[in-house]
Amino acid sequence: MATHELQLPLSEDQVRALRSGDQVFLSGTLVSGRDVAHKYLVEQRPDDLRELLRGTFIYHLGPILRRVPVTAEAPIGWQVVAAGPTTSVREEPYQADVIREYRLAGAIGKGGMGPKTLKALQECGAVYLHAPGGCATVLARAIRRVLEVYRLEEFGSPEAFWVLEVERFPAVVTMDSAGGSLHRLVLEESEGRLKALIP
Amino acid sequence: MKPERLQEGLRELIRQASVSLPPDVEIALTQARAREGREGARGVLDTICENISEARRLASPICQDTGFPTFWFRFPAGTSLRMLRSAAEEALAAVTAEGLLRPNAVDPVSGSNSGSNVGAGAPALYFEEHDGDGLEADLLLKGGGSENVGSQCRLPDASIRAGRDLEGVRRAVLRAIHEAQGFGCAPGIIGVAIGGDRAGSMALAKRQLLRPVGRRAEDPALAALEDTLLEQANTLGIGAMGFGGDTTVLGVHVGKGHRHPASFFVSVAYGCWALRRKRLALSPDGSFRIQEVA
Repeated sequence: MATHELQLPLSEDQVRALRSGDQVFLSGTLVSGRDVAHKYLVEQRPDDLRELLRGTFIYHLGPILRRVPVTAEAPIGWQVVAAGPTTSVREEPYQADVIREYRLAGAIGKGGMGPKTLKALQECGAVYLHAPGGCATVLARAIRRVLEVYRLEEFGSPEAFWVLEVERFPAVVTMDSAGGSLHRLVLEESEGRLKALIP
Repeated sequence: MKPERLQEGLRELIRQASVSLPPDVEIALTQARAREGREGARGVLDTICENISEARRLASPICQDTGFPTFWFRFPAGTSLRMLRSAAEEALAAVTAEGLLRPNAVDPVSGSNSGSNVGAGAPALYFEEHDGDGLEADLLLKGGGSENVGSQCRLPDASIRAGRDLEGVRRAVLRAIHEAQGFGCAPGIIGVAIGGDRAGSMALAKRQLLRPVGRRAEDPALAALEDTLLEQANTLGIGAMGFGGDTTVLGVHVGKGHRHPASFFVSVAYGCWALRRKRLALSPDGSFRIQEVA
């Protein structure tokens, strides 16, 4: 298991070098997006987000933010208070198309995703990164600034696209572009154990 | 009872619940970290323990998902329930504005977020009259991901060879924990209700999450079932956040309610590891304390 310091955006070659089990620290710009955002990206195909999403990660996140005066540290007057991942599997119907259409390096979330996403990761050269669920205060420390927000009025704060500048954001690769998935392994192993417990 | 003092107490209850994990849950997580044999899960548990201390130190929310706030009120005869409801609503709106709660009340038709955690049926409120002359309010906050992996089934269930007995209940609960995998932020605390009607059974399951981790059910048959379920669930190997590991659940709490002869419900409420609960104790003179739920 390797450790990678990564500056966003990433090239396809950089992403294809990542393997399930690797630790990564991300620096640069990533974008939050969860249930409403994924449905919207697939059904509406907005063009104003393409440049932003290319080569970076969509973070399955509905943060808590605070209104603050506009400064260099808070260029649009928002500060992140708490920012851990939400359960990713709800985006399983959409994630493959979103990765393909917007040329993402992948997604960040918790709990892992299913076979449709795993296949898209292989095809497109993308990865799924797992951030520790519930660890909102620790993860908020890695978010330096809120640079921009899209669809705040329409979607509400938890569902908006928040453009976040991060520094050494910690995550673990749990699904890679070679078909490796920690989540599939754990599911298979635990299925065997369940059968032994309730024969 | 002075509404202003109640509101002030409720605001403090919500703040402390959001930022400070109960000690019984924290100890269970620390113990899970100490005995974890797998590296990946150990790393996750390290971050979880660090996050708990940091949130408390900075008075910052443990998790950005502050859940669907659920209150259990106990009050003396003659208390106005309408007053309790409006105090809870106003306190939630105020603490949401402070940035310690995420606005989590969404109209399912229009999709609009009320912005205040208040809406139709939100927050969830349970009322019970008691003999004391003061008021108590227990608050539970847990993530929506964990709420989503809760479940309800009815026995018999041939697909898992579960009959209408405690062995059937054991089978149903283990299946539910397995299906939840790491999606509900494992290691979870599992609230189980046996019996009741559909709605009451689910509510009773959730109420089991108020019981401190490690305290067994009073009914010896249920206490034995809890021990068995805890031990067996932790052989599933799902581990913290589903990374594979030795601790999949921190506790299993089983409660029961009388059932209709035709019905035998088994309801499972999954509590994420970030199981936030606190109690407000308000005296008739208006003084209050925030305590652990015990």
